[in-house]
Amino acid sequence: MKLELTADQQAFQEEVRKFAQKELAPKAAYHDKTQEFPVESLKKMAEMGLLGMSVPAEYDGAGVDSVTYAVVILEISKADASCGVIVAVQNSLVALPLYKWGTEEQKQKFLKPLAAGLRIGAYCLTEPNVGSDPGDMETTAVMEGDHYILNGTKTFITSAQKAETFVVFAATDRKAGNKGISCFVVDRETPGLSVGPKEDMLGVRASGTAAVTFENCKIPVGNRLGQEGGGFRIAMEALDCGRIGIAAQAIGIAEAAFEASLQYSRERKQFGQPIGDFQMIQAMLVKMATEIEASRLLLYLAAYKKDKGERYSKESSMAKLFASKMAVENTINAVQIFGGYGYTKDYPVERHMRDSKVTEIYEGTSQIQNLVIAKAIAK
Amino acid sequence: MNIIVCIKQVPDSEAQVKIASDGKALDLDQVKFVLNPYDEFAVEEAIRIKEKKGDGTVTVVSLGPPRVKDALRSALAMGADQAVLLWDPAFEGLDSHGTAVLLSRYLAGQTYDLILLGKQAIDDDMSYIGPALADLLKLPLVSVVTKLEFSPDYKTAFAQREGERGVEKIEVSLPAVLTAQKGLNEPRYASLMGIMKAKKKEIQEVNAAALGMEGSGTSDLVKSRVTKLDYPPKRPPGKIVPGDAATAAKELVRLLREEAKII
Repeated sequence: MKLELTADQQAFQEEVRKFAQKELAPKAAYHDKTQEFPVESLKKMAEMGLLGMSVPAEYDGAGVDSVTYAVVILEISKADASCGVIVAVQNSLVALPLYKWGTEEQKQKFLKPLAAGLRIGAYCLTEPNVGSDPGDMETTAVMEGDHYILNGTKTFITSAQKAETFVVFAATDRKAGNKGISCFVVDRETPGLSVGPKEDMLGVRASGTAAVTFENCKIPVGNRLGQEGGGFRIAMEALDCGRIGIAAQAIGIAEAAFEASLQYSRERKQFGQPIGDFQMIQAMLVKMATEIEASRLLLYLAAYKKDKGERYSKESSMAKLFASKMAVENTINAVQIFGGYGYTKDYPVERHMRDSKVTEIYEGTSQIQNLVIAKAIAK
Repeated sequence: MNIIVCIKQVPDSEAQVKIASDGKALDLDQVKFVLNPYDEFAVEEAIRIKEKKGDGTVTVVSLGPPRVKDALRSALAMGADQAVLLWDPAFEGLDSHGTAVLLSRYLAGQTYDLILLGKQAIDDDMSYIGPALADLLKLPLVSVVTKLEFSPDYKTAFAQREGERGVEKIEVSLPAVLTAQKGLNEPRYASLMGIMKAKKKEIQEVNAAALGMEGSGTSDLVKSRVTKLDYPPKRPPGKIVPGDAATAAKELVRLLREEAKII
């Protein structure tokens, strides 16, 4: 057993950390405040190969392993959680299904520009009335000759504001439940596709999250990913990998809050000494440090199993469940350590606290992670 | 267009360096090393020239112990084509002059159109190697360059330097030695693909024998030595001028004039 990153993984981590701290972190508060989609930052990340990092080189990606992917999402999220989720969705939820389920033609047409970072991708599963139970979705795709007619609304879609390629799930047979779901690749320019105003959210405010509506969109049959009725499996497999990304994002947010707290606890003096000398503050810092490391191990375990080609659904759910709760609790404590200052936007910890909450909600709520894990351990 | 960039590996600017027990060297055991930031400008410029012209090679060269390979790999990851490390245990203890002499011996056997370096290394701030190389190789030197362009045939370089009173524009025939100043460009981050490629590249190693100095040692190359290192003096504590604003301001002006003698 060897519990350390390889030399390659360390080199990637170092370069991305340097980049993220220098280029992303200084803009995070601005992006949070303005909700401006980080177009410039994404361009730089595209140049570094981050937007298609998990896609093999033959399709213009960087082809790094899942452990590297986890490490990179962590570093990006530590600097700017909005950037973290945009890059995670691009890789796990859009590029990965295209790579795994796409035909050669679909890969050439849709995957390559995504992997090269020339296009931003979005994943459309959630609907206004359908969250945790996608089998009950209301968006429909009806085949008419050589195309499908797509109708429905998807909500809380990360990157929707700027995305050009949408991976969309729709019911081709509403009576068949999970088995009646199909997956489509939809171009933003498709007539009938409209993107709503950005959601005014608690956290990850620059993630360009909005609703996407399809009104009689004509989608060529050639844009269907996988078999008709095979969409549910695609959605779930993408989310297995997606949860590695969200666990990494949660840890990145918590690490940022921890480092800020540690520094502040050394500088802030009360009763004639740094507050970090008080055991009650130390206990909060210790909880952060310990739980961050525990989460990291779960994250690495899930990514390691994926790299080995083993089933990793249980582990990625565990990593996300644990890391998201950890991030919420510890960023709340970070605000506590900062006291009144922590409650203001003059310090970054309130943003970390707000950013952390969504990691317990998206890509499967903590309740759904419990279901996934319960099913896996009952076997 | 063949461009050679001479680089140095230096302690990270955030590293806490300690003086070794002999008082003449630094204790670098726990120190993180990076590619000298000014050399990063030189590497970036070399890659940009190559990309713009569409042909040529960028070779990074350094003299130093095996750990320097990391700095060479950083340059390769940015996009340099090949890397050369001059090292031999006999090189231990070389000063800037000796380093420049050995670099010039290696470079004398190479073909190049341009030699680029950072204007100085951020560890010892000597600014020695660039000018010394130009002298040893009998090449023109333009130092502290902030902008660089070329004639269409790439036989002439147009370099710009920024002085306190204005900008100086210099035309220089190639080959030449140019040293890079901050502002010349914004160095790129290595891409994941670049890092992977760099890992696979061989770093050519050149030892003392290959530089024609078998058995002769380096002692006659060393012209200077550090006799003592001292920490900078501790800054005296700040002074708070007490009293209400009007009195304090008066006292502050008096102190600045009579004690600090700066107004």
